[in-house]
Amino acid sequence: MTLAAALPRDPRYLQIAFLSCFLVAGVGWLGFDVPVWQPPLIMLTSCLTQWAMTRLFRAPPVGYLSPLITSLGLSLLLRTDAFWVGPFAAAVAISSKFVLRARGKHLFNPTNLGLVVAMLLTSHAWCSPSQWGHSGALLGWFAAFGLAVAHRSFRSDVSLAFLGAWVLLKAARIFYLGAPWASLQHQLSAGGLILFTFFMISDPKTTPDHRVGRVLYAVCVAGLGFFMLHGLWWQNALLWALCLVSPLTPLIDRVLPSGRFQWPGGGAPERNDACVSVSSQPA
Amino acid sequence: MRFRVLAAGLTAGFLTLAAPAAEAFCGFYVGKADSSLFNEASQVVLVRDGERTVVTMSNDYKGQLTDFALVVPVPVVLEREQIHVGERKYVERLDAYSAPRLVEYFDEDPCAPQLAYEDAVPMMAPTAAGAPMDAVRRKSLGVTVEAEYTIGEYDIVLLSAKESSGLETWLRESGYKIPPRAAKALEPYIKQDMKFFVARVNLKEHKAKGFNYLRPLQMAYESKKFMLPIRLGMANAKGPQDLVIYAMTRTGRVESSNYRTVKIPSDMDIPVFVKDEFKQFYPALFEKAHAREEKRALFTEYVWDMGWCDPCAADPLSPEELRALGVFWLDGQNGNMGGGSQVVLTRLHARYDGEHFPEDLVFQETSDRQNFQARYVLRHAFKGALACEAGKQYLRELDKRHQREAETLANLTGWDLGTISKKMGDDAPGKKAGGGKAPEPWYKRLWQ
Repeated sequence: MTLAAALPRDPRYLQIAFLSCFLVAGVGWLGFDVPVWQPPLIMLTSCLTQWAMTRLFRAPPVGYLSPLITSLGLSLLLRTDAFWVGPFAAAVAISSKFVLRARGKHLFNPTNLGLVVAMLLTSHAWCSPSQWGHSGALLGWFAAFGLAVAHRSFRSDVSLAFLGAWVLLKAARIFYLGAPWASLQHQLSAGGLILFTFFMISDPKTTPDHRVGRVLYAVCVAGLGFFMLHGLWWQNALLWALCLVSPLTPLIDRVLPSGRFQWPGGGAPERNDACVSVSSQPA
Repeated sequence: MRFRVLAAGLTAGFLTLAAPAAEAFCGFYVGKADSSLFNEASQVVLVRDGERTVVTMSNDYKGQLTDFALVVPVPVVLEREQIHVGERKYVERLDAYSAPRLVEYFDEDPCAPQLAYEDAVPMMAPTAAGAPMDAVRRKSLGVTVEAEYTIGEYDIVLLSAKESSGLETWLRESGYKIPPRAAKALEPYIKQDMKFFVARVNLKEHKAKGFNYLRPLQMAYESKKFMLPIRLGMANAKGPQDLVIYAMTRTGRVESSNYRTVKIPSDMDIPVFVKDEFKQFYPALFEKAHAREEKRALFTEYVWDMGWCDPCAADPLSPEELRALGVFWLDGQNGNMGGGSQVVLTRLHARYDGEHFPEDLVFQETSDRQNFQARYVLRHAFKGALACEAGKQYLRELDKRHQREAETLANLTGWDLGTISKKMGDDAPGKKAGGGKAPEPWYKRLWQ
């Protein structure tokens, strides 16, 4: 029996395991500025919002795996000095899946939107993307790539396209500036980048249906994020870039139509890609 | 000739006021330790609101003044009015106010309970040195002298360059002793279209002013870049350099967005003998924390609303002192306590070298206004007679406490536990506080 066969079919279980491990390590050892009660509060709010919205919109119940993934992502990335900001971001994130929809898909990755809205609308939210430390980030990359090798549905073309474009842009900049190559490795050792690559931009429910569209989408996010970071000196540039590019998905879907993604066991046929992109958040 | 570099630029944040979750530390402050605990240390004050930035660079250069020069990449060409020579005392005040500190508590008499009180002692960290320079040079090296000023005791030149080798040649021919790797270090700044602020001492002016030290250079400018270019200074560094950054904003704590920023271990009970060894204790603690973070992190040593402190290592800075350091938004303020809740001070301490800090420090302003201070607690045992039952109980607990304190100290500093126990004297674990008999056997109170 191969390792892949031993792993659960629905990759969301693996995602939850991965994110939980890093959250525990972050709060326990890496000194994340996250009070212990914050993740449970965010999870509770996410699940309650999912339950309430499912009833309100009379949507078919789809379980609570996705809200959990959203909650873990928010817990890992969001920093705040006010207790209500976490639940607020979670409520915004989950509600957006029901409210902000186009062509039968939600528009924004919930974690991404929750973070962006919390940072825009409250004066109590920020992100600390470089808090994982060198070894923590290295372990994160190993684990994420390990999962990608072990589990077919973890091999996301969006993740790979984004990462390829991002690394190329970063390397080109370092080459142009004549900066030391060690800075490339340093820039890739931000834990936030791992979460973004494997758990946010790869969200199959908000990325285009067609592979060409997805690659285009990923490259757009990398390009815009790069410009915002190094041209405009915005912090958290990738979060803003993803949020701005996300509304283009329905447009890309219209130009490049293809089968719609469903989570395993979701009833409808799965998308027939060799590299199905998976991540959080079905509605 | 020597040559040392620091610098600054910036980026924005959009955050507002939030109620600080203040932790109150009762007690008062008794004294403070001396500064200069870290060799090769520089101090930079970064004041930032929106894109407006004021940078103060303080140094304790002690070499020949003819050898002093400072080369700093800056984001824009500065007008004369954007440059100022400040007073060192304000940076020293900021240092004293935010320094890591010791706090003392005295145990009450367990037989006659009463109130405890506390004392505190802080410490600080010192500054940078600079290097030399020379006159203008006419030749097409791609170097343009954008401006030249004599301000206070400094001759200042602002340069822009097209290529790093041209700039290196220009500096060398102008009398600067440039380290061999300088061109490589200068190149990224030229490519980012940054300018170079070069300062040297005008000996005549310096003599006329009558100072026997160099006053800090200050510059005010607007830029999206919220950063400190540390890479240039590594070109001629012999080893790791310490940098203390005092960031003052309106909104909240400042942290690095491209390096891990962690709080230095704090609020721990340690043996009382450390009071006499604080100058060894804090550097040892810092060294251990630095190594634990793989030498790649910045440490937060202090975050506080400038309006108050508790305990105070030094009084908060007054609005006048803050303005002298570049806090420009306090117009119309009066009163004797510093800017009230309008200024949040973050003290960051970095120990960097070329290998572990491959790129410049970039910062972000957060909306976090939770107070933090590097604070270590000394608890003095009660020394009087302990005849009552509560007194005996107190002694039993005291021994356990001393054991914990010794272990904490060993953990924090890497010092040997045996040596710590020896230095603890009567407080050493296993010895009875207040002197006297051996510990009571475990069975003695079993059937009482």
